[in-house]
Amino acid sequence: MDLSSINPILLLASLMVAATPIMLAAIGELVVERAGVLNLGVEGMMITGAVCGFVVAVNTGSAWVGFLGAAVGGALLSVIFGFLTQFLLSNQVATGLALTLFGLGLSALMGQGYIGVKAPGFPDWDIPILGDIPFIGPIIFQHDPMVYVGLAIVVAVWAFLKFSRAGLILRAVGENHEAAHALGYHVVRVRMLAIMFGGACAGLGGAYLSLVRVPQWTEGMTAGAGWIALAIVVFASWRPGRLLLGAYLFGGVTVLQLNLQAAGAAIGVEYLSMAPYLATIAVLVIMRAGRAPGSLGQSFHASR
Amino acid sequence: MLMLEKRPQPSRLWTFATPVLAVVLTMFCGGLLFAALGQDPFETIRTIFLDPLFSEFAWFYRPQLLIKGAPLVLIAIGLSFGFRAGIWNIGAEGQYIVGAICGAAVGLAFFPMESFIILPLMVLAGALGGILWAMIPGLLRVRFGTNEILVSLMLVYVAEQLLASMALGALRNPDGMGFPGSRNLAQYPSATTWINQTIGMHWGVVTAFIAVIFAYIALSRHIFGFNVRLSGQSPRAARFAGVNPSALVLICMGISGGLAGLAGLFEVAGPAGQVSIDFNVGYGFTAIIVAFLGRLHPVGILLAGGLMALTYIGGEIAQSNLGLPVAAIQLLQGMLLFFLLAVDVLTNYRLRFGTKEIT
Repeated sequence: MDLSSINPILLLASLMVAATPIMLAAIGELVVERAGVLNLGVEGMMITGAVCGFVVAVNTGSAWVGFLGAAVGGALLSVIFGFLTQFLLSNQVATGLALTLFGLGLSALMGQGYIGVKAPGFPDWDIPILGDIPFIGPIIFQHDPMVYVGLAIVVAVWAFLKFSRAGLILRAVGENHEAAHALGYHVVRVRMLAIMFGGACAGLGGAYLSLVRVPQWTEGMTAGAGWIALAIVVFASWRPGRLLLGAYLFGGVTVLQLNLQAAGAAIGVEYLSMAPYLATIAVLVIMRAGRAPGSLGQSFHASR
Repeated sequence: MLMLEKRPQPSRLWTFATPVLAVVLTMFCGGLLFAALGQDPFETIRTIFLDPLFSEFAWFYRPQLLIKGAPLVLIAIGLSFGFRAGIWNIGAEGQYIVGAICGAAVGLAFFPMESFIILPLMVLAGALGGILWAMIPGLLRVRFGTNEILVSLMLVYVAEQLLASMALGALRNPDGMGFPGSRNLAQYPSATTWINQTIGMHWGVVTAFIAVIFAYIALSRHIFGFNVRLSGQSPRAARFAGVNPSALVLICMGISGGLAGLAGLFEVAGPAGQVSIDFNVGYGFTAIIVAFLGRLHPVGILLAGGLMALTYIGGEIAQSNLGLPVAAIQLLQGMLLFFLLAVDVLTNYRLRFGTKEIT
């Protein structure tokens, strides 16, 4: 094995790219869970976003429109989940699983004619002065715009939850939906909006995979990224700041094992590919999760 | 305006009617979907749901019903215990793969010896493999409070990589001229799980029926089944009644893992024949739908497993005769679960017309 073939600057730079899809999906799910809803369908929404984004981008020739399509696709799919859990009061765990199974089938069907097609380019941003700083420049300031959009969403969610009145209402609904209802807030409306935001973010994350990271459409291409995003939300104790840390940690593990594969490590390729999943389990074990939102996963019915 | 009113008790009528209603709704929406794909909806629905049983070539498809249904029923029975108790093992696919690898490894170790003891040893190894794989999320939840949904699911991806490594490495057929995949266990008389290949009978089918009977007795006549149901409906009451929650987690994970492992072994040494990179076809995930469609009840699961097997076979027929994409069947199965969860509201709530009373 030749460790010197691994370039630390390239490694750290690709870490930021590898972390972005998981970060996008996780920040959406964080908002959903802070509103007291457990949506296990992230994987399904991500893969649907991946195919929607790819189809739209190929047909319009613009990756930006593709990302928009992915967000809309993810949000539309999440509306099914929202309708079932919020209005028909179905079990959130089972409905989330159903959403994943449904999303995998739907995406495979939609993406049929697009296997092997090339996605339109999505050039990196060369930020003028900052990008020229040695070492730090190539790592942080020479990426495609979606990396920064992802970071911006995380910061925006943090500010929204911490400083805005609407964020306070959302947290109240998640902590105790009976009390929030008694105060006159519309529990179901808040939750539906949160679920749709989560769907849109998961869609963006999926499209980042199919338009930037790979960039191609293959069936089942998310390969568990949605589930890792769910794990990161738990790891982050439902706080945006730690979510960022978690996403970069997993990006790091993914990139490192890919680099070791390329460097020809003595360990089998299959065992290296296990690394991100094993790291997820290890982190779930080591990190004691903070307190979950009080009403997480419970159905709310007003007439009780 | 349409209102929901909670029933004092779940409706018995709707408990039985909702799965049927869900199937009817799925057929209807599936028809719309097929029409949108440019197929004749009536012909497609008929091909999927009726042709495997009643067409001219049904003699060819009927054995397939047992072959496809057995693993689904076996896994779903195991899952139903955990799901009733609020223990969400959704990594049955991983336990199925590891059970198959362990069982097949034992069989391959004995090759080419012939002895009646080989198959029982393989069955044991398969069950143990599944149990061990399920114990990872089980023990982690009991000891560290980690979420068993995420851990069991992560282990599916780990198991898939392990399978690839085994099929390309340790278990590869030494006489296979470098092709991936193990020796064909179905052609090894002491190790095959086939009883009669022409009627689709293998030991997995027998085990599935036995599992249904045992599960029925355990859930309706035994204190263990009562504890499982109590823990699901009211964890607090269960603790006061003396149920040990940790033990219950481990037992439920063990049952579901063991049965999934068995299903994997029966499949790999019978219908699939060999350990190959993609011998698993997602039974572990479809079994989740089967468990819910069967209302987590053993007899219901048996019927649901049959119906799901039917959609698999019908899907294959529709694929070869009408050119329907495979993904459409996957979508149909997901749709079925959605409708089932949606109409389930009628079991616990009554629909009321009129405005809300202000009290």
